[in-house]
Amino acid sequence: MSTTHAVEGIDETLATQQGRPPMNVVYEWLTTVDHKKIGLMYIAYALVFLLIGGVEAMLIRIQLAIPNNHFVSPQVFNQLFTMHGTTMVFFVGMPVLFGFGNYLVPLMIGARDMAFPRLNAFSFWVSAFAGLLLYFSYVGASGLYAAGSAPDVGWFAYAPLTAKVFSPGHSTDYWTLAVFLSGIGSIGTALNIVTTIVCMRCRGMKMSRMPLLVWLYLVMASLVFVTVSPLTAAQIMLTLDRYIGSHFFDTQAGGSAVLWMHFFWIFGHPEVYVLVLPAFAFVNEIVPVFSRKAIFGYPAMVAASVGIGFISLSVWAHHMFTVGMGAAANTFFVFSTMVISVPTGIKIFNWLATIWGGKVIFATPMLFCVAFLFQFLVAGLTGIMLSAAPFDWQLGNSYFVVAHFHYVLVGAIVTALFGALYYWYPKITGRVMSETLGKWHFWLFVIGFHLTFDFMHVPGMLGMPRRIYTYEAGRGWEGWNLIVGVGAVFQAAGILCFVYNLIESYFKGKEAGHDPWDAWTLEWSTTSPPPDYNFAVLPTVNSRRPLWDLKHPEDPDSDYE
Amino acid sequence: MLVLSVTLAIFLIVGGLLLYALIRYRHRPGDADREPAQIYGSNQIELSWTVIPILIVVMLFLATTRIILRTQAIPKPQTAMDVTVIGHQFWWEYRYPNLGVVTANELHIPVSDPAHPTPTYLTMSSADVAHSFWVPRLAGKTDVIPNRVNTMWLDPQQAGLYLGQCAQYCGTQHAKMLLRIYAQSPADFAAWANQQKLPAQQDFAGNTAAVEGQAVFMRSACINCHAISGTAATGRFGPDLTHLASRDTIASGAIQNNPENLRAWIDNPSSMKPGCLMPPMHLNDHDLDAITAYLTQLR
Repeated sequence: MSTTHAVEGIDETLATQQGRPPMNVVYEWLTTVDHKKIGLMYIAYALVFLLIGGVEAMLIRIQLAIPNNHFVSPQVFNQLFTMHGTTMVFFVGMPVLFGFGNYLVPLMIGARDMAFPRLNAFSFWVSAFAGLLLYFSYVGASGLYAAGSAPDVGWFAYAPLTAKVFSPGHSTDYWTLAVFLSGIGSIGTALNIVTTIVCMRCRGMKMSRMPLLVWLYLVMASLVFVTVSPLTAAQIMLTLDRYIGSHFFDTQAGGSAVLWMHFFWIFGHPEVYVLVLPAFAFVNEIVPVFSRKAIFGYPAMVAASVGIGFISLSVWAHHMFTVGMGAAANTFFVFSTMVISVPTGIKIFNWLATIWGGKVIFATPMLFCVAFLFQFLVAGLTGIMLSAAPFDWQLGNSYFVVAHFHYVLVGAIVTALFGALYYWYPKITGRVMSETLGKWHFWLFVIGFHLTFDFMHVPGMLGMPRRIYTYEAGRGWEGWNLIVGVGAVFQAAGILCFVYNLIESYFKGKEAGHDPWDAWTLEWSTTSPPPDYNFAVLPTVNSRRPLWDLKHPEDPDSDYE
Repeated sequence: MLVLSVTLAIFLIVGGLLLYALIRYRHRPGDADREPAQIYGSNQIELSWTVIPILIVVMLFLATTRIILRTQAIPKPQTAMDVTVIGHQFWWEYRYPNLGVVTANELHIPVSDPAHPTPTYLTMSSADVAHSFWVPRLAGKTDVIPNRVNTMWLDPQQAGLYLGQCAQYCGTQHAKMLLRIYAQSPADFAAWANQQKLPAQQDFAGNTAAVEGQAVFMRSACINCHAISGTAATGRFGPDLTHLASRDTIASGAIQNNPENLRAWIDNPSSMKPGCLMPPMHLNDHDLDAITAYLTQLR
């Protein structure tokens, strides 16, 4: 790689910093505005919360494994599912996806940093503080006299259960403020990602040449703008209700409980797409590389992503089929929800066509993507079932729904996320993760996933509602819940393999070099890990796969686009 | 059913193709070290897998709309019976406006003969937070929301006991806010309703414990929350107890209704249903026995 005098100067300065005292390193991370360091802090923070949220899920499954269990009290159980849901959505899903966006987007568009580095650091630290605030409730809520009560209103916190009358003390305030602050952080980062993508692309990278990951992050970040704002506004309204006597959601004084549902779900459903679009993004990068083929139908993939972004804004009330909206409104939301399956279907078919005729290499990142494809297919189809309102009248708020959305969140998003971690770990650390441990992780996790979430559909169909801390024997639910609990143990074992792999490979992994997967996007053209300035010379691209063009000068992509 | 079979068919076809592609096009060790042919897309194929799903969606949508209209937009028959359902943390109040009956937690309705349908129309609201009324084998769920009135109907064809429970998280004891629907033949239902219309029993024919229990009840905090028709007890915060002894369960279906359970419940409700809103009554053993004797007489 050619260099310049300025770059050599930076390299020399960095070389003199080897072997600094540890406090200086800590100081550097705390004050950094580098997109890669912030991205990594986002990811690390999310992984820690993933473990915490996972432990909460395990406790829930132990309690429900057998009928009439007294493992935890009802109050503790209600706190556990509230904290589990809130943690996984706001303090695992959002930060880990923002982390990858932060790390990858500038590298993939040939930029040296995000558009607003200081805003980036601010957004991260606000989000991090929000997570700590939520968990501080375990030691600090309810004032001094009843310390230790975490929020217990459920992750969608339906009004008026959150009103001061029904939820005295401060536990709900911790929830409200934590979600509010995390919303501020999300909006900041979303602004940053959109601006970076629109303004900071390298020479030759037209919008139509951006990697699909960058397109999906553009759609995702735009959705965050539109949807996190109403949620954040609703938190302010709720706090006003609780403290200065306004009546937005106070049904005792004429407020509306349904209004809260609309505010929450106009955030809540697009939020699913905010989380799943980055998962699509990872699969869009990994599947072509391990099938050794260009992505099939790039323009259709972009159109489908943008289409999903728009349609997802008009489906929220399918969470509200049972609130008595009337036939006309129900029919509208049935239609909009079913329509979103068309662009989603296009994506699945295009991934299938990308694999078709390729030479598929089943390395760990690809294994996770294959599992993603099957599991996302099932999740999409149970989604179509639930979109039919009469079906939802029966199975809404039952364990069928819990199984469905965990199929999306774990089966699709977390699975693709593991693929992404295995795929980009060599770029981040300079070492490849162990394939043996990776396969252990994969099989344990996938077996556990299917034991848990396949069998979780059944008690739902047998009438088991969600969020109950116990149930009587004899309703036909007990055996199924035991299988679900056993699956959770397998998943936990898989996660332990992953954590061990993550740490061990950092010290003992095989050296990765620039480009261990023989891939085609710009991040693989720089060193692993990339230097602070990313690229010594800002690249110029002529096609969607600049590294393919370099490796195959006789048959470059630019001839076909 | 249509939805289920269509989605199952899609799963089998797409999943099968995916599996085939993964096996057929896997990388084999002996392969030449050349990249496969690069294919960037095909307008015809992509158009086909856009148009076909659109057609499937339109078909599913029309089928779904037909069922929505059949459920939500049909006129209420003259012969229908009205019941008002009020959700409370963590129990159900039922009022039969045309029969003058008020009861709690156990809903009795007549079986409906398809030739002469007598469906039960529920008018629902909540006294506190959002709940949801779900009896899976009778109907889909309808949310019970404060400051809002929802309606739904039940049309049981077979007599029997149908179990269900609250399906919207409503606080600590959401799990034990159970529903019991007794679908009875028209004759049985009429007998039940006639019995429920009567005021509470006042004459205990020499049962001194019950007489004493009534006195304890009327001078305790019980009457602030519970009503017993024909007496000074007119509270509405808790379930109506006028015919408590005619019910199979107490505590919203969570506990069998027998004297031991009833006594333990009055002594300390939170020992059986932690987090419920009825406070422990702090009565001595003698008064507890008396009140239990009184309440078990209220048939």
